[in-house]
Amino acid sequence: MIEFLLVGTGGILGAWSRYLLTDRVDRRVLDTLLVNALGSFLLGVVLGTEATGWMVALLGIGFCGAFTTFSTFAFETVRLLETGQRRTAVANGLGNLVSAVLAVVLGMGIGTVLS
Amino acid sequence: MTDRGPGDGHALALIAVGGFAGAVGRHGLAVGLTGTFPWGTLVANTLGAFLLGVVLYEKRLVEYLGPETRLLVGTGFCSSFTTYSTFAAETATLAPSLAGANVAGTYLLGFVAVFLGRALVRWAQ
Repeated sequence: MIEFLLVGTGGILGAWSRYLLTDRVDRRVLDTLLVNALGSFLLGVVLGTEATGWMVALLGIGFCGAFTTFSTFAFETVRLLETGQRRTAVANGLGNLVSAVLAVVLGMGIGTVLS
Repeated sequence: MTDRGPGDGHALALIAVGGFAGAVGRHGLAVGLTGTFPWGTLVANTLGAFLLGVVLYEKRLVEYLGPETRLLVGTGFCSSFTTYSTFAAETATLAPSLAGANVAGTYLLGFVAVFLGRALVRWAQ
């Protein structure tokens, strides 16, 4: 029960941060990539420090999970495909994957050093 | 979203409700669907992509969905229910063959889900 409250609280903070950072009039696909990479890096740090319990629930699952988004990424990629921008769509798909996975691994390394 | 509509305080309240529900729902799936493969994240990402495909349809077609619904369901719920960071962390820690299956499965299902969501809106018009 407490765990779900922590996850939900982190979710509010993550959703707010994402909105305040990216939800602008001239929103670009790159915004989503940056948010996903940044959130993945932070999640990597949390996991790397081998934090347990409330830290993982609040920061890792709640905040980072909600700050980053798969649905917006998928939506934007499909829109690129629909408007004939196939190369950009492929670059977006690969770019998000490579940057987020590298960010997680880098974050884990830093987290391990910190702990 | 270009049309914020509600004032900032109101917008943040809507996003908070959606963000809370989304994160809790995603965690519920992850806890319920444990195993060697991260099914919970895959299911959450697919369902959330479908719902966002419906909600974010171009305004001229979905006039009954106001900016408040988009903030609550789109920016709040769907974006918080789905996650890229957990997907990336799970992919990085899975065995290579499973990691490849996770990426291919998540991407394929996610894109198909958005297409289906958009197709549903067109069909409903």
